[in-house]
Order: sequence, then structure tokens, then C-alpha cells
Amino acid sequence: MARSTKSRSENRKAARTPDTGSFRTGFEQHQWVAVDSLFRLLAEPVGSALTWAVIGIALALPLSLLLLLQNLQQVDRGLDQSGSISLFMEQALTSEQLQEALRTVQGDADIAEVQLITPDEALQEFQAASELGEVLEGLDENPLPAVIVVTPVPSSNRDLEGLQARLQALAGVELAQLDLQWVQRLNAIIAVATRVALLLGVMLGLGVILVIGNTVRLAIENRRAEIVVVKLVGGTDAYVSRPFIYTGLWYGIGGGLIAVLLVTLALFLLQGPVSALMQTYNSEFRLAGLGISNSFAVIAVAAVLGLLGARISVLRHLRAIEPR
Amino acid sequence: MIQFDDVSKRYPSGQEALSHIDFELGRGELAFLTGHSGAGKSTLLKLIMLMELPSSGQVIVNGHNLAKVARKALPFYRRNIGLVFQDHQLLFDRTVYDNVALPLQIAGLDSRDIARRVRAALDKVGLLSKEHQNPVALSSGEQQRVGIARAVVNKPPLLLADEPTGNLDPELAAEIMNLFEQFNSVGVSVLIASHDLSLITRLKHRMLVLEHGRMRADARQG
Repeated sequence: MARSTKSRSENRKAARTPDTGSFRTGFEQHQWVAVDSLFRLLAEPVGSALTWAVIGIALALPLSLLLLLQNLQQVDRGLDQSGSISLFMEQALTSEQLQEALRTVQGDADIAEVQLITPDEALQEFQAASELGEVLEGLDENPLPAVIVVTPVPSSNRDLEGLQARLQALAGVELAQLDLQWVQRLNAIIAVATRVALLLGVMLGLGVILVIGNTVRLAIENRRAEIVVVKLVGGTDAYVSRPFIYTGLWYGIGGGLIAVLLVTLALFLLQGPVSALMQTYNSEFRLAGLGISNSFAVIAVAAVLGLLGARISVLRHLRAIEPR
Repeated sequence: MIQFDDVSKRYPSGQEALSHIDFELGRGELAFLTGHSGAGKSTLLKLIMLMELPSSGQVIVNGHNLAKVARKALPFYRRNIGLVFQDHQLLFDRTVYDNVALPLQIAGLDSRDIARRVRAALDKVGLLSKEHQNPVALSSGEQQRVGIARAVVNKPPLLLADEPTGNLDPELAAEIMNLFEQFNSVGVSVLIASHDLSLITRLKHRMLVLEHGRMRADARQG
């Protein structure tokens, strides 16, 4: 029993030794080819930079669009949370009737918070915020109605509309206004634009694959003589294609890096004007950037596109080169 | 080592490059393959390298029936044959050392083994001192010796040469042939295609003479 265990472990050891050796040399070879491919690209800086720029721009376009929409959604979400209902009360209401209505509203289980703005308060606020205040002063009586601002318990849109109908039916309520419709419309627009950005991304992604495929095809043509020699001294298809696969990978990674840089730069340039705009809405909103993990994701996607482009090119063109 | 059984090769153009070739090259034997240009020497070597397939007949090399070598196995088959070209086919984007190391890198040897064997091969052809140079800087005789070092570096049992002295003056040509004889003396089978009759008749080895695609003579000299 003990003997058989020992011999088995010896067998395993014997079987493994050459394996780890070839794994190590395989890894060494990959490393060497990867570095060599990169140096070949860097040896022609202008051509490589142009290719990287083309890939970077093609990726930056849908990327910045998506990022912009994401930011817009962020603003939208902020609005959604404050989705309150304004109850414009009838002008003729006495203060007792008003208090009565206020109590009824406060008693509703769907309502979290109630704030009363009396006609006098409304007038003051209006005068402070608008130059039309002087016009109002000229009037005999205050034209503004009392307003009850109702903040509902957080819930879905449908409940809000039901609540709005219920409040509208209350005695003394002239108009219950739910400021949600334009938010819904904005959401729909964002959804359409996001779909457009994704489609654009798919198309430009395909474009990137083709660009890299074509660039790799040129690289294959340039090394035709070498490929013939390598095939004659026993290079396998995998060995012959490896440098070109790495070339594609480097094109993808470089392009992805440039895309991330371009988007970051664009965001930096937009930050100032956007902040100024948002300040007019009393918002501290700041544009959200790509972030570290998304940047890496972009570069990874670009790398995969590079690998795909190179793979397609290698399959199409490398087999055709045979020693004659 | 090499066995041709009634081998013919007709190109799609209709040109018959080889017809009904029968010959055998024994293990450890050295032979010259001669004939004027267009006689079929290159085609015969291409059949052995599996760069072409025969139209009919059977080629057996080192025990492999070449009709049965699958595409995937082709690179591994070729690793057993050292090939020397007339125009040496060196790569000018790397050093002499890296040119010679190529077959070993392809075979996946680790860098220490590669270094040892590349230096041994370069030493054998007398170019150890030039390992770091670019082959472009070498004379044509030296370039051809680098080509030979690359062909023998992974110790193939069979060495083929296609007009290896075609571009060399007689003295350098004789040196190159001498190198082949040295490899043959340690057991490598060697087949050299050459039309340099004055040189190869002097060397007194077996001579296969092709003429218009037919084996005209198989002469053992000396």
C-alpha cells in the first residue's frame, strides 16, 4: 500500500518535471514576443501613434456620450426624490378652512411631510426672487394663493398619481400639481440617447476591429520573408501568429489608454461650465468621471477588440503565406 | 533516410518537373543532386520539405510517409531537416546569434540551452566572434556559413542544401562543401543540390544527375 503510493507520487513527479520546464520556457517565450512586439510598434512612433489615435477617438466618442447620459441620469435621480405635489388652494378660503385642509392632509398615511406657504409668505418669497415684486405691490390685494407642499412617502410613480387624484378631490384645493411628467419624459429621452450611444459604440467597436485587423495585415506583409523562414525551420501556426496577436493587443491597449485620456480631458474642460450652470439651480452637482475601475474596463475592452482584430487578420492572411 | 518511389510532379501549368523518380539516400550518406537549371533539383528538394506534394508516387523521409503528414504535424516534421538556401535567407532585423537561435526558440528550448547550442554551431562554422553582428555586415561566404549554422543548430538527422555555393567564388565554395563533409562525418545525412560540376566531381561523393525531370544517372565515385 505504502509502496504503491510512493511509486505513484514518483510517477507524477517524473511526468510533471518536463511540463513545468516547458511551461516556463513557454511563458518566457510569450514574454519575449510581447515585449518584442511592443518595441516594434515603438520603433515606428508616428505610424503607431496615428493608429492609437484613430482607435482612441473611435472609442472616446460613444464613451463620452454614455458618460454624459449617466451624469444626466444622476441629476434626474436627484429631482425624482424631491417629487413633491403642490396644492394650490382656492383664493376664497378662510384661515380656518385652510387649517382644516392642512390637518386632513397631515392625517394621510401616504404623506411624509407637509409645508404650508401662506399667501403672505408666497408674496415675500416672490418679491425676493423676482423683479416683478414691484408690480405686485401696485395691486390692491395679494393675488397669490396659499400653497401646501406635500412630500409623499417614497413610493412608485403610480401611487403618486393616485395620491395626486385624491388630493385634487379635497375640499378647498384648486389644483394639485405633480411635477413628474417632465421627469418621465427626460427619462425616456435619456433611454433613447443611451440606446443610440450603445449602437454607436458597437459600430465604432467593429470599426476598431477592422482598423486593427488591417494594420496587422500590413505588419504581416512587412514580415513576409521572416514568416517563410520561420515556417521552413518548423514554426507552428501558433508560433508564427503570436507576434501579430500581441501587436493587436498593444494597439488595443494603447487605443484604450488614449480613449480614457480623451474622455478625462473632455470632462475636465466641461467641469467649469457645468458647475456654473448647476449653481443657477442651487446645486452642488459635479460631473462624475470614468473612475479607476471603468477606465480599466475601457482599456480591457479595447484590448479584446485588438485581439479580435489581430486574430481575424492572422486567420485570413497568415495561412496564405507558405514557403514556395 | 530519403526514399522516392516512382515519384512524379506535374505543376498545374502542365509542366512536368519530375517524372518517375526512384532513388534512396541511406542514413549517414552524402550525395550531390546535379543537373542544369530547370532539371528538377529544386522541385525534388521541395517535395522533401513538403513545400509541394507529388502528383504521383511516394516519398518517405526518416520513416515518415509524406503523404500522411497532417498540416498540424508539418512544422514538427520540418524540425528534423536542416535547410540551407542559395540566398541564405537570413533575417537582417536581428543579430547573427538570433538568426542561428531561431529554430531553437521555435522548438521552445530555454535560453541557457539555446546559448550553449548556438555558440557550438557558430564555433563549428568559425563565426563565434561575430555573434553580435548583424548578418548584413558579413561577407557572402560568412552569411552562407551563418545559414549553415542555423540549419544544423538543432542537430537534424538530415541536411538539405539548395545551391549553397551558387553565389560564392571557388575557394569559398570549397570551404562550404568541406563544412558539409564534416557534418556528414558525424552521421548527418546530407543531400546537396548543385550545378557546380567542377567542384562536386572533385569531391568524389555519390552523384544523382537529373535531366528534364528524369534521373539520368546515379553515380558512386571514388
